[in-house]
Amino acid sequence: MALPDLKQDPTEARLARLTLPEGGCLAPARQEALARLRAMGLPQRRDEYWKFTRPDALIQPDPIPASVGVLDETPIFDAIDRLKIVFVDGVFDPEASDDLTLEGVQIDRIADICGKDIHWTKDIFGVLEARGQTPVARPLAALSTAFATDGVAIHVTGKPAKPISLIYRHENETSDVLLHHVIRVDPGAVATILENGPAAARLNKVTEIDIADGGTLHHVRAQGRDHERRAATHMFTRMGEGSVYKSFTLTVNGVLTRNEQVVELTGDNAIAHVAGACVGDGDFHHDDTVFITHDAQNCESRQVFKKVLRNGAVGVFQGKILVKPGAQKTDGYQISQSLMLDDDSQFLAKPELEIYADDVACSHGSTSGAIDEEGLFYLRSRGVPKGEATDLLTQAFLAEALDEIEDKTLSEDLLERLRGWLTRRR
Amino acid sequence: MLEIKNLHVQLKEEDKQILKGVDLTVEPGKVHAIMGPNGSGKSTLSYVLAGREGYEVTEGSATLNGVSLLDMEPEARAAAGLFLAFQYPVEIPGVGNMTFLRTAVNAQRKARGEDEMSATDFLKLVRERAKALKIDADMLKRPVNVGFSGGEKKRNEILQMAMLEPKMCILDETDSGLDVDAMKLVADGVNALRDEGRGFLVITHYQRLLDHIKPDVVHIMAAGRIIKTGGPELALEVETNGYADILNEVA
Repeated sequence: MALPDLKQDPTEARLARLTLPEGGCLAPARQEALARLRAMGLPQRRDEYWKFTRPDALIQPDPIPASVGVLDETPIFDAIDRLKIVFVDGVFDPEASDDLTLEGVQIDRIADICGKDIHWTKDIFGVLEARGQTPVARPLAALSTAFATDGVAIHVTGKPAKPISLIYRHENETSDVLLHHVIRVDPGAVATILENGPAAARLNKVTEIDIADGGTLHHVRAQGRDHERRAATHMFTRMGEGSVYKSFTLTVNGVLTRNEQVVELTGDNAIAHVAGACVGDGDFHHDDTVFITHDAQNCESRQVFKKVLRNGAVGVFQGKILVKPGAQKTDGYQISQSLMLDDDSQFLAKPELEIYADDVACSHGSTSGAIDEEGLFYLRSRGVPKGEATDLLTQAFLAEALDEIEDKTLSEDLLERLRGWLTRRR
Repeated sequence: MLEIKNLHVQLKEEDKQILKGVDLTVEPGKVHAIMGPNGSGKSTLSYVLAGREGYEVTEGSATLNGVSLLDMEPEARAAAGLFLAFQYPVEIPGVGNMTFLRTAVNAQRKARGEDEMSATDFLKLVRERAKALKIDADMLKRPVNVGFSGGEKKRNEILQMAMLEPKMCILDETDSGLDVDAMKLVADGVNALRDEGRGFLVITHYQRLLDHIKPDVVHIMAAGRIIKTGGPELALEVETNGYADILNEVA
């Protein structure tokens, strides 16, 4: 079926700027992704899935330039012993990165794998992304599969002693970056992946994660402070029996961010927690789109998203729990909440449950509110100035999301960024 | 200490007069009690003094040691030495009780141009004061007032008072929702803070709190005014005869 011109023209205009990498073991996946993309077309304003977020800036042929921010605080995760993998405007920087050797994990550059005839990555690269294209199309993810030449392949074979930290630096005002990571967690293996930094003026990133039976992956991400950046990220996670996936994203600033999480629970007794906190001031649009599919018994999934908005900032949450036939004893939970610090901001939420099994417990809730006046007066009556009291209540609002992070050193580090943001805006 | 003159207050939202000329002076070292039937304006008086929004002062004044309270922000009133123990202490999920106490103590010190209290000194002090009120470590760790029983909430109010060491304490129906033992505990906490430099204004419906916190002066408030002032015996009279006699007498 041919695409309407409305979709085909912008799609081809975008593709005209890109070159499909050839050869090597990933080439077939790239060609298939390109075919998928051409069949779907890039997202348009009229697409139901993009109803609350205008995709224009994400799909236009050239990125809108974004000035490079100057960090006036200690970089996040700075005090944490970790294996650093640095990308500067989307290109792996071996000088700035650590030696990639670490017991319990094998790390390769996607750029290096491209030249090889055989590599484990090909079983996952583009495969999980393709699975995630139904029932809802995610064309920007196919774009990264087809064209991204950099990224890392992380094969967790054991229990690496420290987190693997992906650091994205933004140095070029017009950088337009496609990244693609693949993570495989072996049975019983456990790892923590950290991500931070603004990455580029425009970032289009895909991470495919395959967690085998009994494997555990913790993921904590902070999306960087450069205000003018735009980003579309996708994480596709397939989970085996008894596996655990816990992901948290903190977003401060960013004029446009769309974070999609697609999780498929394919083995019994698996646990998936996806959470996020964002704080936005003014020209800020943040979209969390989550799709969790329960396709096995006795699995637990949890979505906790909190947004603090002011001066016209916009927060979007589209979260779905799909329980397939036979996925009995599913425990699904979803909450999305916004705290509006003024009357100008907007929170748009679309919580969805679709359930085809009869013995499940699923709940969802969404709220939107202002600072609690009673609490504010109580704090002020004890001598806490209004600004400080408001910050305290704002932190308290976000705390429930931050509590989702198991490692308290990490959550404290994120809280520190939030405090910084609040203080800068007092 | 606290001097209220001809205070007239109405609700901002509706054109309703609540206080219709309150005159009251609390001297340092003294405990004044205000009793009165429901709707007489007792709680409104405490809220207006603490600076809660929603009220409009149309006439009169209120000063603390000669400084006008009514134009100050609530936090400035607190730093100036005013403390209100709430009738319904507010629950603040996500803010630890200890964090709350330390933030409040240091904010007031900062406002007065004093150095912040060190973490060690603070911890020592809070443990000592909490112990006297039978507040355990768990209650200090939990979010402010969340999941606290009625008695725990009131004890927590007194702990804040003990930590902040205000000059003028207003207790708004601190006895409501307390059993006899809890009331004794709270009263002991208040009595421990009595000294010649500190004034108290105790708002209550019942005489029984005044058995434990012995007032120097008792006021009867009705329809937005203090209609009668006397010694502790006035509270006993109310307990025996109710407000009807006094109201009739004044009318």
